[in-house]
Amino acid sequence: MTTTLDPGERRSIIRDGLGVGIATGTYGISFGAVAVGAGLSVTQTCALSLLMFTGASQFALVGVLAAGGTPLSGALTAVLLGTRNTLYGLRLAPLLAWSGVRRVAASHLVIDESTAMSVTRTSTPAARVGFLTTGVTIFVLWNVATLAGALGGRALGDPRTYGLDAAVGAAFLALLWPRLRDRRNRVTALAAAAVALALVPLTAAGVPVLASAGVALLVGALWPGQDDTEFPEVQR
Amino acid sequence: MIWWAVLGAAAACYLLKLAGLSVPARVLERPVVERVADLVPVALLAALVAVQVVASGPTLELDARAVALGAAVLLLLARAPFLVVVFGAALVAAVVRLV
Repeated sequence: MTTTLDPGERRSIIRDGLGVGIATGTYGISFGAVAVGAGLSVTQTCALSLLMFTGASQFALVGVLAAGGTPLSGALTAVLLGTRNTLYGLRLAPLLAWSGVRRVAASHLVIDESTAMSVTRTSTPAARVGFLTTGVTIFVLWNVATLAGALGGRALGDPRTYGLDAAVGAAFLALLWPRLRDRRNRVTALAAAAVALALVPLTAAGVPVLASAGVALLVGALWPGQDDTEFPEVQR
Repeated sequence: MIWWAVLGAAAACYLLKLAGLSVPARVLERPVVERVADLVPVALLAALVAVQVVASGPTLELDARAVALGAAVLLLLARAPFLVVVFGAALVAAVVRLV
């Protein structure tokens, strides 16, 4: 590993990070609009983006609530989805090589996109520049966009009139999409969807989604092999 | 009650991130553990798609939401950006409900 970073390479990493950050941060608008449509207050919506700051988990929490699930099942679903950030962190730790206060602060920025923009770098300085540029840009824009979306969503009134309730499913599908290139992931996804739907008439809202994690357990135990889509890629 | 879910889940999500940067990598060196952890988001997201689109309380219903999901699939196949997929699906659902 080298310890210095060529100025040209540094500029190009920053440019890529800003591009990804702007593209991703702005979709906080859709989260803000969907969350108030699901019945959260503007303050609760903004608290999620500030404090949870991991898109799929945030959408999951409001999605389960919107479907009539209890706050507890919404929270559990969000936390289960958040476990993938632990996987990212394990890969990033030796590369970013931060400790103490810096590690505690950097942890908040461990998300799909900051991982994608740093996990493939070959040196610590390059990884840190990619991680921070992407992470900080998204954090700032995601929170501003969430507030804008929440205020806009509240002004719109009944979310069903604008189809915003239908947008939640599209958001989950868009988050899942890149993982579907892998065959084991496709089988897991189909089985999980089938299990969840089979349980809908039998259990309380929120339970079917949590139960679908059992499919991951089963497939993971029985089907060995590598998954090429394990780490997120982003459009540059 | 919603506040407890918001703050509790946010704290747990942060701790999961911190754990990743802090615990030794050998915790996940068992391939089965790694595979399951990798598959959990796939299963949950797929289940969320299914429940959001087809469940209506305790019953299953095919309505404007399913048409909207079809539109989302087409937009994703056309490599549309996230925002276009989400608001495109919303627009389709709104239009279907008008007619």
